[in-house]
Amino acid sequence: MTDLPGGGLARGLLITLRTLSRRTGTQQYPDAAPALPPRSRGVIGLLEENCTVCMLCARECPDWCIYIDSHKEAQAPVVEGGRERQRNVLDRFAIDFSLCMYCGICIDVCPFDALFWAPEFEYSEYDIREMTHEKDRLAEWTRTVPPPPAHDPNGAAG
Amino acid sequence: MIGIKVVGVLAAFLTLPLLVGQLEHKAMAHMQGRLGPMYAGGFHGWAQLVADGVKFLQKEAVIPAAADAQVFRLAPAAALIPYLLVLVVIPLGPGTVAENLDAGLFFALAVTGLGVIGMLMAAWASANKYSLLGGLRGAAQLLAYELPLVLAAASVAMAAGTLSLVGIVEAWNPWWLLWQAPAMVIFFVAGMAEIRRPPFDMPLADSELVFGYLTEYGGLRFAFMLLAEYVGIVVVCALTTVLFLGGWRGPFLSEELGPLWTILKIFALSFVVIWARVAYPRLREDQLQRLAWQGLVPIALGQLVLTGVVVVAVSGQ
Repeated sequence: MTDLPGGGLARGLLITLRTLSRRTGTQQYPDAAPALPPRSRGVIGLLEENCTVCMLCARECPDWCIYIDSHKEAQAPVVEGGRERQRNVLDRFAIDFSLCMYCGICIDVCPFDALFWAPEFEYSEYDIREMTHEKDRLAEWTRTVPPPPAHDPNGAAG
Repeated sequence: MIGIKVVGVLAAFLTLPLLVGQLEHKAMAHMQGRLGPMYAGGFHGWAQLVADGVKFLQKEAVIPAAADAQVFRLAPAAALIPYLLVLVVIPLGPGTVAENLDAGLFFALAVTGLGVIGMLMAAWASANKYSLLGGLRGAAQLLAYELPLVLAAASVAMAAGTLSLVGIVEAWNPWWLLWQAPAMVIFFVAGMAEIRRPPFDMPLADSELVFGYLTEYGGLRFAFMLLAEYVGIVVVCALTTVLFLGGWRGPFLSEELGPLWTILKIFALSFVVIWARVAYPRLREDQLQRLAWQGLVPIALGQLVLTGVVVVAVSGQ
């Protein structure tokens, strides 16, 4: 087609016409929810029950966006006359998502499986200061985490 | 009677460009794999241009301190009104024409050329170097493309033996589609260059001249300048329809459905204008001039000779 004079011009017109006749790939986002791949890394959720306030996540975080406050509580001794046990209680766990760069290191380093990737992504705010989300909000997101994938049956054999 | 005609021309002036604009929004979007406006008005963004108009209306009318305020203010009107006047002589159907001038073609070409004055006024009065450069390019473009435009139109006028647009449509024959094909292409291309549509938008050239002669314009004045471009599309397509595509003549029911055929042809040609905008990159200034002087003008002259020979041969028997 390009050998003829003006063939390139005709081909240009043809390409645009072909695109015109095809369906567009546009997703009408606020009207139609996007089809996200499973285990999308949208936001970081916290399972408070698993957290031992070991602070590994806060220390490993490259941009220091995790805030943790805690105190120690004394537990009554199990047997009469025994020593009191100390327990860490989490007061505040917050992630500043205006700083977070979604590297996922906190999730990787957590030794007690308290942090998870959740697929939620609609948590933008009008003010940057409101991007720091507290543990109750992080706990809500944890509930949207899909169950872990089934074990690969060939994995055990090999 | 005159009142009806004025209202009709004004209605065409106000609605057709908007329809072309909406067609451009949607056709261009889909040609680029997009959807285009979808929200305004609820159904596929049909009210987008109305919303744009309201937005332009609310904006502040800024006149640069160094600008020639009087000329700056008048330029949008000078760009817009000539196209309104051209619509007066364009026949829509048999007998449906606001004013059947004997020299209708002459009038249309002369007044279309006037539209460029508005652009030059805007360019000069803006006191902006980008505007001025855009204006100079526009003037050079007008000089280059007015010639093939007039030569192509002259070819049809010779073939029809009249300068009246109604007379040309009445004299039109389907085989003119072949005989006058080069003239049609030249007229259409030169017309597109005349109204500075992409790929001939060197005077605007947003990647090098900001927005050319429109750089300093905003608000309602900018909207009028933009409207002038879309009325320009309607006018060029209408003139091409009337001169080369037989105006109101259709494959059937030409008498009854005349206006419908004309409108249909105008919109088909408008689609081609939009199509060319999407498909082709902007011509460089030297390419633009070369196309006019080394391409269109010689072909137009050849077409003129061909038309003359055929007319003499047919009438000389």
